[in-house]
Amino acid sequence: MTPSSSVSYPLQNLSVKPFNLLEACLEVLVRLFILIPFFSLLYIMTKIFQLGFPTLSWEFLTQPPVDGMTHGGIFPCIFGTLSITILMILMALPLGVAAAIYLTEYAGQGPFFRIIRAAVNNLAGVPSIIFGLFGVGFFILFMGRNIDGVLKSGLLFGQPCMLWAAATLAVLVLPVIIVSTEEALNAVPQSHRAASLALGATKWQTIRDVVLPQARGGILTGAILAISRGAGETAPILFTGCAYFLPRLPVVNLFGVIPMINPLDQFMELSYHIFIMATQSTDAAKTLPIQYATTLVLITLTFLLNLTAIVFRIYFRKKLGQVSI
Amino acid sequence: MDEQNNVEMLEERVSPSLKKIVKEKEPLVTHQTDLLPKINVQNLNVYYHTTQALKQIEIQIKPQRVTALIGPSGCGKSTFLRTLNRMNDTISGARAEGTVMIDGVNIFAPNINVVALRRLVGMVFQKSNPFPKSIFDNVAYGLRVHGIKDSNNLQERVEESLIKSALWEEVKDRLHESAMALSGGQQQRLCIARALAVNPEIVLMDEPASALDPISTAKIEELIHVLKRDYTIVIVTHNMQQAARVSDWTAYFYMGSLVEYGETKKIFTAPDKKETEDYITGRFG
Repeated sequence: MTPSSSVSYPLQNLSVKPFNLLEACLEVLVRLFILIPFFSLLYIMTKIFQLGFPTLSWEFLTQPPVDGMTHGGIFPCIFGTLSITILMILMALPLGVAAAIYLTEYAGQGPFFRIIRAAVNNLAGVPSIIFGLFGVGFFILFMGRNIDGVLKSGLLFGQPCMLWAAATLAVLVLPVIIVSTEEALNAVPQSHRAASLALGATKWQTIRDVVLPQARGGILTGAILAISRGAGETAPILFTGCAYFLPRLPVVNLFGVIPMINPLDQFMELSYHIFIMATQSTDAAKTLPIQYATTLVLITLTFLLNLTAIVFRIYFRKKLGQVSI
Repeated sequence: MDEQNNVEMLEERVSPSLKKIVKEKEPLVTHQTDLLPKINVQNLNVYYHTTQALKQIEIQIKPQRVTALIGPSGCGKSTFLRTLNRMNDTISGARAEGTVMIDGVNIFAPNINVVALRRLVGMVFQKSNPFPKSIFDNVAYGLRVHGIKDSNNLQERVEESLIKSALWEEVKDRLHESAMALSGGQQQRLCIARALAVNPEIVLMDEPASALDPISTAKIEELIHVLKRDYTIVIVTHNMQQAARVSDWTAYFYMGSLVEYGETKKIFTAPDKKETEDYITGRFG
């Protein structure tokens, strides 16, 4: 029996897709927008690589700058950037994790803690030059000078040095670490805390043995973001410790034999080096290849530091039986 | 010092109780009513902020018996369960009044060590919640928390607990694999093993089988039958048949009040109150 014309079959109409001009335009537009960041990055990376790579050499990576920084290498800057980033993360990670543990596990939801949380988030939005000024005012002039006063050590702590520059960077990246650690802690199921408490574990045992092991991956994500944010910063260290040029490495021999980073010395740093070569150099044009090469080194270094943290994170996630990266 | 004592106490109690399970097969006297109450609850009122969740609860729970708490959702039975090991303390805004005496000690007294209380009053949750650690580490967790570090001792205790929870045969060859790889029913028995490892006196179970398939449920019920030789068990359940099958005593809660409490046989055959009968027969709820 053939269907009579009065019976309609709505499914038959589905194969005809109406063309909607507005929708098609919007789709093309959003596709274009995603290309903007992609090509910007591609352009920047290619340019830096093209202009920086020819200058790279073993000497460039291992020698100090010479001839008013128009020749030679950038080893002191690499050394400074690495030291200050490690020092920064050593200060910021314990402090940030502790703060996040307090906020998620101990603090309540009252108005006071809401203000604290808002303050942490707003701290992330403060311009980095303000952190630099804060570092001078708080760390060098207030803390440093007072330590000198107490220790009667003359002018030792109360001047720009690696310690205070790293401390300033640590404050800068603190909100990044706190926020991502908080997220990691909140992602641990409440039922695991309950199970632990019901077994007679104390709150601290529960945090140490159940919550933190599960949150390690997320905490390391925080560390990765912090390194990315902190390692390339110039403004916070501008006044707090980095030097235009240093004829020596900021190294001290402990007990006269063991060489170690001297946190009370000034240091040279990659991003600041780029800044001064571009703006303060007597012959900026002459240093241009060095600028590009230094930029390439800075980007690579930040990437390598990130990679280390990512490897750690994969390791911890594997240990927990999770597979995602 | 304190930890030392705890360890010794654990040491003392574990082997005899295990022997009891393995060797003594004497039939249980089910309707012995002259046993002193293990838990004696009087005038218990529990509030969440301003809402009253439990009203004037009075109940005496017998030792080495299974007591089932039944009632419609929101009737307060889970709240009551969590009052017994003071897990309600962890919920902000929760507040309890009255007395809960366990072995003659008021657990609301200000000098009570809540951490020690929770070791003696173990808990199994509705949704199995093993830690993302190995099977061994899950069971050993409570022991380690209470200061047992010796690996031989740990090994022994973990094995005992897994035997008690009827999981040993299934996992003995993969103790160091992740607990997350176990099936739902196995995970729940692992949680029971974890709770038993620290040698509690009382085991609280909050709908332990509600998320499990019938075979796993049967295993858990069987387990409860065996465990009551050594432990006082309080179980919340939504399943009437389960309450009738596993429990010796049954308490019917409704709207935060204890409506009726008595021997399971009586509650399920000739309850005193009409509300109880309506709920049990399914005319309400």
